[in-house]
Amino acid sequence: MKKSSSLWARLCAAPYIVWMIIFIAAPLLMVAYYAFTDAAGNFTLKNIVALDGYAGIFIRSIWYGIITTIISLIIAFPFAYAISQKSTKYQSTMIMLLMVPMWMNFLIRTYSWMNILSDNGIINTALKAIGFAPIEMINTPGAVILGMVYNFMPYMVLPIYSVISKMDRNIIEAAQDLGCNKLKVITRVVLPMSVPGIVSGITMVFVPSVSTFYISQKLGGGKYDLIGDTIERQFQTSYNYNLGASISLVLMILLLVCMAFMNTFTSDDEEGGIVI
Amino acid sequence: MKRLISILTLIFMSASLITATAEPWDSPSYKAQLTGEYINVYNWGEYIADGSEGTLDLNAEFTRRTGIKVNYTNYASNEDMYAKLKSGGATYDVIIPSDYMVQRLINENMLEKINFDNITNFHYIDDRYKNLAFDPTNEFSVPYTVGMVGLIYNSEMVSEAPDSWTAMWDEQYSGDILMFNNPRDAFAISQFVLGLSLNTHTPDDWALAYDKLLEQKPLIQSYVMDEIFNKMENNEAILAPYYAGDFLSMKDNNDALEFVYPKEGTNYFVDAMCIPKGTQNKTAAEMYINFMLEPDIALENAEYIYYASPHVEVINNPDYSLYQNPVIYPDAETLANTQIFEDLPTETMQVMTNYWDELKIDGYDYTTYYVCFGAAIIGVIALTIYRNHKKHKYDYD
Repeated sequence: MKKSSSLWARLCAAPYIVWMIIFIAAPLLMVAYYAFTDAAGNFTLKNIVALDGYAGIFIRSIWYGIITTIISLIIAFPFAYAISQKSTKYQSTMIMLLMVPMWMNFLIRTYSWMNILSDNGIINTALKAIGFAPIEMINTPGAVILGMVYNFMPYMVLPIYSVISKMDRNIIEAAQDLGCNKLKVITRVVLPMSVPGIVSGITMVFVPSVSTFYISQKLGGGKYDLIGDTIERQFQTSYNYNLGASISLVLMILLLVCMAFMNTFTSDDEEGGIVI
Repeated sequence: MKRLISILTLIFMSASLITATAEPWDSPSYKAQLTGEYINVYNWGEYIADGSEGTLDLNAEFTRRTGIKVNYTNYASNEDMYAKLKSGGATYDVIIPSDYMVQRLINENMLEKINFDNITNFHYIDDRYKNLAFDPTNEFSVPYTVGMVGLIYNSEMVSEAPDSWTAMWDEQYSGDILMFNNPRDAFAISQFVLGLSLNTHTPDDWALAYDKLLEQKPLIQSYVMDEIFNKMENNEAILAPYYAGDFLSMKDNNDALEFVYPKEGTNYFVDAMCIPKGTQNKTAAEMYINFMLEPDIALENAEYIYYASPHVEVINNPDYSLYQNPVIYPDAETLANTQIFEDLPTETMQVMTNYWDELKIDGYDYTTYYVCFGAAIIGVIALTIYRNHKKHKYDYD
């Protein structure tokens, strides 16, 4: 299969490789450099050792990421399956509707959630109008997770939908012929076959939700800061680039481990998953 | 006689003409020299009269008077501005950082000395705002605006009008207190309550201030900055610290809001015009700074910005809409009871930001998280073992 690449092919690839070296490899090396040096540029492990103070935040971020991913999966899989069963026109409309909010900046969408969830916001005003006690929603962990699910769920729907919609209908019919009821068709055929989509969906939701910032500041009232907020603060207000870099580095390693684990669920010959 | 009068009139007119041409931009030679040139001005967002709301567009006016084009860009924080300047990616001719940042820029040798011979309007600056701690000899900066932090409260929701920062530690307002979401401002409030200096270099003092903030944390509704506007206007919080000028715009939208300068004192900031190193056109930059101090221009700007002006002609102008406004221009006693932020040495900054990080992390029980996380890991391990087991089973089948 493998062809030795011609000079022409290499020339075509050159700009991308240069791009990747400058904008991917070099920044990563700089992160590593900062993580292991102090402000004066001398080698030190101080930044890494200092991380034990941030264990709680790491755990909280990962935990919120897990919750977000699970909720997204629970909502996204039935949704993706349901639309894939409809006519092509209906499908494209639904996917379109899913994408439209993503045309807006996520900062604006998060800000809107603040107004919806706040104590005198739309929901609580409505509740009060019909005689219920207002619910405290903003500035809670629940609000943070809601914001993350809302922002990242489309990334779960799209890969699952693309796998399910490409699935061979004959297989499902075969399963039905062999005596599967509707539920069994889903659990025994559709679900296992959509694993590559689910895996890439999980990765695409889990990674940004663990490393997110801003959502937690706005919807959590600055009281449920996540690791992303902590990193942002090191660069924006503390000027402690070295500590910020070491937190980022450890976060990246943790995420890589998570992704490596997720990738064990997809064997190499399966298609549809997004290789990260 | 008639002849004498006409001669006198002529002399008079030419004299007035001469005084009029005393301004550099009215002299034709100056104009010819600088017309078509441009300067890069880097300022905070919404921090200059720009023609909206019936104000004069000051940058356009500057171009009209001098022929110099103004290339005007914004930043959101001193830190953003500093990063941009430090990276050297762009050159600016006029920047308007706050006090402590001016000091840092001076210390890092990033500012040009201003030639005050060209700032003929400098005498309009109130003496109170000259030679401040951040620029003790006043060689690098010209004050632009002045602001003070105070306590905003909702008069319909408080049991009694607060006069002290300690109201922000009062349990009856638990869940209705907003706090600054940046370390320096937040620590300042705690330091005022404890009677400490805002610019202390002693780690123990910062530890005390941290303990005080940690004590306050359970009562805080949220740590915020500009969301304070929304929340206070919509009666979603009772107490919030913020800048006097911004209080006036909140008051426009919610009349129940009141403002007080707490008795422990408060901090004030001075934003000052500076010329960074690397300027392409220092003369034009100085003209711009001088232009901003023209009494009519400074008045236009003060009407738009809503912060206090350091310009005596503005402060003492009875036509100024904020003339003797007690919030913007408090009495001498309040003014005396203030401190200004100075640039902290790196070690002290480190101490402060570490405490701030701890404040953001501390105060919660993480046990639940650890338990849940542990359970998740065990679940994952179990799943892996189960899958391997299943795989082997199939292999043997």
